[in-house]
Amino acid sequence: MSLIFQKSGILTTVQDLGRKGFKRFGLNPNGAMDKTAVRLINILLGNDENEAVLEIHFPASALEFNESAIIALGGADFGAKIDRNQIENWRPFFVEKGQILSFSTKVRGNRAYLTIKGGFEIEKWLGSSSTNLQAQIGGFNGRSFEKCDEILFNEKAKTQNFDYFVSDNLIPKYKTSPTIKIIVGAEFEFLTGLSEEILLNEEFTIANDSNRMGFRLSGKPLYLLDNIELVSSAVDFGTIQLLPDGQMIILMADHQTTGGYPRIAHIISTNLPILAQLGANDKIKFELISLKEAEDFTLKFEKDLNFFKLGTRTLVRR
Amino acid sequence: MKKNHVKIFPLGDNALTLSFGNEISPELNKKVLKLANFIEQNPFKGFIETVPAYSSLSIFYDVFRVRNEFSDFETAFEAVKTFVENSLKNSGKINKKKSRLIEIPVNFEKEFALDLEFVASENDLSPEKVIEIFTSKTYRVYLLGFLPGFAYMGELDAQIATPRKNSPRKKVPKGSVGIAGRQTGIYSLESPGGWQIIGKTATELFTPEDENPTFLQAGDLIRFTEK
Repeated sequence: MSLIFQKSGILTTVQDLGRKGFKRFGLNPNGAMDKTAVRLINILLGNDENEAVLEIHFPASALEFNESAIIALGGADFGAKIDRNQIENWRPFFVEKGQILSFSTKVRGNRAYLTIKGGFEIEKWLGSSSTNLQAQIGGFNGRSFEKCDEILFNEKAKTQNFDYFVSDNLIPKYKTSPTIKIIVGAEFEFLTGLSEEILLNEEFTIANDSNRMGFRLSGKPLYLLDNIELVSSAVDFGTIQLLPDGQMIILMADHQTTGGYPRIAHIISTNLPILAQLGANDKIKFELISLKEAEDFTLKFEKDLNFFKLGTRTLVRR
Repeated sequence: MKKNHVKIFPLGDNALTLSFGNEISPELNKKVLKLANFIEQNPFKGFIETVPAYSSLSIFYDVFRVRNEFSDFETAFEAVKTFVENSLKNSGKINKKKSRLIEIPVNFEKEFALDLEFVASENDLSPEKVIEIFTSKTYRVYLLGFLPGFAYMGELDAQIATPRKNSPRKKVPKGSVGIAGRQTGIYSLESPGGWQIIGKTATELFTPEDENPTFLQAGDLIRFTEK
């Protein structure tokens, strides 16, 4: 049972929820940029939420199924089709042997996820299926897919009919010009009054050289009251660093584990998926909230997700 | 930032950092590693991982679990902060780990020592003298970061300290030994980078097949030898 890459796509890799426990060795966690999408479609199919998925960028891959399978897509909408039939995100689909999954247009978002019921056959490295492109290890031979690659999967489709899907309240509120919620970083207090005002009121543009390591922002420059020299310390997915030229960079899934630039703010966890679906030239604004509020968003989301898990468990087993 | 003044602050909404100060010193780094060991051996419910750095320790946690397990705290941050403060008091009681002393042979020949002549002329020394000074000292691994297995080591003798290159190289070969200010480090993988390269080692620093995927760890003591 396998999928054959008829078209490689510009950057398709195997990812999961990330490699945990190895940051202290300098190993970044990798993993999907939009982890909520991955969790939702995995749970939808009755998979472990950390099951390996394909993270697909546009121009996307085209995949031929040489055995029937049940799949689900989530995250970006790239106008997915099975042969000639359009299919939607967030629903299970039955794919027949010989059919081709392709993507026609970039409708919304920048990273689409494909999961398959029963999972892909991927050897884990240090407990994760995620691809570390820098070290060329993990996932599918440590690299993005090329034409004619074949990826194996574990389970042939048993059923063909589904009447369930991911409910709207769980799907991140994707937008091309979102207001992203942040909490203060350790060096926020060193921003000048004017810079703080700019950060919280002006619009910033995602620059062209943005990728899985980080999103560079362009906009009015920000300044600190003093020149601060910091010794390196840990950073995280969602850390907003201020570069010497006054511009910001937001660290993303393939970020380095440590850094020495001032940490002026952090994206809240539940807004990372919205950010992760942005691409070059998209615009964002920031809204400052408290740490307590940020944690409460996580709590609410996790509770809703657990409810969804319980629901799908009975459906999938039926 | 005041010297040796302990500060605990959020690093986003699912981690916190404890800072012992903003400087590079073996004393502060020892405190960091001691606390890291203690917390890893005595974790709390919802603990994910620690990241020790020069003078700070970051602790990552699962907000949902911490909030459920420690529901009398307003936030997961407050719960973990309290836990870390208690750990800091108790970590003093544990015996410190003995440092390993590791020798790393380095080839300082011209074809590998891309910036040795620059480092020499910047400091008014001969390349031979730079090598002599560099290999005469034992260095401490303060932290791993930047690349898998990349060790930040110090402190270099001030006579050979050299700032980073103005524009980074697009590709620094794997195994390159570099200098940045009074730090030294080894590129565990080929990577872009701005450190001044003075030699190259064949020692594999990134060991993906091992349970500990890196050759060096924070707290190790290193001596470079001329190959």
